[in-house]
Parts: sequence; C-alpha cells; structure tokens
Amino acid sequence: MDIKKAVLHSLHLIAPEVDLEAINPDALLREEIELDSVDFLRFVQQLHNELNVDVLEKDYDKLSTLNRCVAYLEEKIHLNH
Amino acid sequence: MYEFKMPALGAEMTSGKLIEWRVKKGDRIKAHDIIALIDTDKAAIEAESFYSGVVEELIAKPGDKVPVGTVLALIREVDEGTIAETEVKKESSAPIPDHSESMKKAIAAAMAKSKREIPHYYLSYEIDLSKAVNWLETYNREHPVTQRLLMASLLIRATALALKKHPEFNGFFVDEAYRPSQAIHIGFAISLRGGGLIAPAILDAGEQTLSQTMGNLSDLVMRARGGKLRDRELSESTITITNLGDFGVDAVFGVIYPPQVALLGFGKIDSKNRVVMTLSGDHRVSNGLLGSRFLTTIARYLEEPEKL
Repeated sequence: MDIKKAVLHSLHLIAPEVDLEAINPDALLREEIELDSVDFLRFVQQLHNELNVDVLEKDYDKLSTLNRCVAYLEEKIHLNH
Repeated sequence: MYEFKMPALGAEMTSGKLIEWRVKKGDRIKAHDIIALIDTDKAAIEAESFYSGVVEELIAKPGDKVPVGTVLALIREVDEGTIAETEVKKESSAPIPDHSESMKKAIAAAMAKSKREIPHYYLSYEIDLSKAVNWLETYNREHPVTQRLLMASLLIRATALALKKHPEFNGFFVDEAYRPSQAIHIGFAISLRGGGLIAPAILDAGEQTLSQTMGNLSDLVMRARGGKLRDRELSESTITITNLGDFGVDAVFGVIYPPQVALLGFGKIDSKNRVVMTLSGDHRVSNGLLGSRFLTTIARYLEEPEKL
C-alpha cells in the first residue's frame, strides 16, 4: 500500500483546487493548503476510509506536514499488523 | 403551467447565468429536485424547482445571462401522485467558473450597504468552554472517526437553541420593518482558498440534532468549496456566524449581512478554554440589553454540552 499516494489522494478530495505536486513536503499543511478544522476532520476521515487507520485527536499535531503524515501513518499501520 | 424563473440569491443579485440544465424536456420532477446549475456573482449554485411536474420547455440555453425573474423553463403541472423517481442528473460536467473578482465586488456592495444603512452595536462576552471542551474530547474518543464533532457544531447548535428564545436576532429588516423568521437558517462564513468568502446557510438549524448539525456543516463546507451550493442556502440565512478561531484571532467584530439583523463572531479558544463571543446587532431591531440576554443564553447552553 502506497501511504503517500493515499495521503495525497485524501488531500486532493478535500482541496481539489490545490496543486499537490507543488507543495513542500515539510511545510505546514494547514498553512500550505489553508486547511481549517472542518477540512482537517474530513482529511482524517478520508484517511480512515483509505487506510483503515483511526487518527486520535491527540495525534493531530503529528499530521502537520506531508512528510510527518506519511511517517506517522507508516508507524501506525506497522503497529496494527 | 409553472414558470421556473431566474432566482434572486441575495439582495444584490440582478442577473444570473445558466451554466447547464440538469433536466431535459419531458422529465418528471418533484419539488426540491435540482434542475439547473446557475452562476451568480458569488458562486455557482444548484437551483431547485419549487414545483412538481413535467418539464414542458427549456427556454434558456446554457450560457444565457438574464435578469432575475426571467422565465427559464416551463413546468407542466401533473397530479402529485403520478410523479415517480426521476433520474435527475446529479453531477456537474460544466467547469466551475472563477468568482474571485465578482465575489469581491458582491461582498463590497453588501458590506457597504450594511454600514450605510444598519446602525450596528457591538457586544463581547467571554465564555468558559471547559465543560464543552472536555465533553467533546470524551465524545470523540468514544465515537468512530466518521462521527467526530467539532466545537463549531456546538456553537451553531447553542446559537440555534438560543434563537428560539430570542427572535429579535433571527430574521430580516425589509421595507423599514423587522420581520422575524419562524425558521432558523444559520449562515456560516466559509473562507475559500484564493481569498473568497461565502456564508451559506445551514437550513433549519433549529430542528437538527448536534450530529446532524455537524454532518450538515461538513457537507456545506465541501459544497461551498466545490461550487455546489443550492439557491436557498445563499438567499435564506436568518443570521450569520463567523468563526475565526482556526486562524488565531482573539475576537471578531463583524459586519451584519443585510437584510439580516445580527452576526455572531467567535475567536480562538485559549489555553484556559476561554473564547470571546461577539454580537454585532442592528439597533433598529434590538439593543444592548436584549443582546446581552441573547449571549447569556448561548453561554448557558454551552455550559451543558450534553443537552445540545
């Protein structure tokens, strides 16, 4: 399973007007894609749909950048198996 | 025979452009079916039919720009019982137009009118949200991710409940008179990427549970960003909420969106779980005393989040 692909696809569904190829993987997603709290919740829900992972609210900070998202989800999925 | 006319979506709208039809001649439609995609200055919106019937004639063609009130289609009346489910085209194939410039002009016109005509007064009220924050944390821990709630849904729900007790903040000022609204349609300001702003309504917010409010908020944000709002959502808000908490603002003193008579603002929740709620009120309709009672009622509802 390509986690980065799933993250980008989830972000694309929430912000279809943003060119995700162009975003800096270490920039803050909230600023880079202008995600507000409704967007962010939908992002977490979409990750659940794509990867069957439940991100706890207390872990939201760990999804702050694209690279951090991928690292967090890899670890989470690895622990589940 | 019914005439389907170019709808007026807000006080400033004088004309609109038909982007595409979602029905064709001979289709059977029910009231509230979406039959056309219409472009306004602020957004592309999905227009509903107010009537059931059969599409007799599509008069306007995609691309036509016509004044509000122009007949776009004729709907032939048929017996309600004979209307079967139709295959109304759901998804838009037409590109969503860019509204950033026209939206700025429409907002400028509405805000200038507001400041010219509405004698605003402003109140602020600091609320302790500790109970709501704790309740929300527990709720979200105990529910699947798909059912999680945001604080915004509690704020909207508390406002809807309070408006039932304070009707002088829920309605329209038109023709020199205040007309309170029975229904509670809460406009929620949504920022669009690229700088736009739109405040579509959560329709009938007074009749929804908290989780329905959350679902409708999420749906509304998604459709606002995708240019898929419906006509009633842009024309029927009876009050507006603006929540700038996500962006680090302490308090917001907003401009009332005419012909509404009140706007509520929420800032960020600080480290002690406190938030500043503000009211911009129309002094032709209410006053500081009524406003302070309204804010107190909202604060009390938020102190008992389990009852929302």
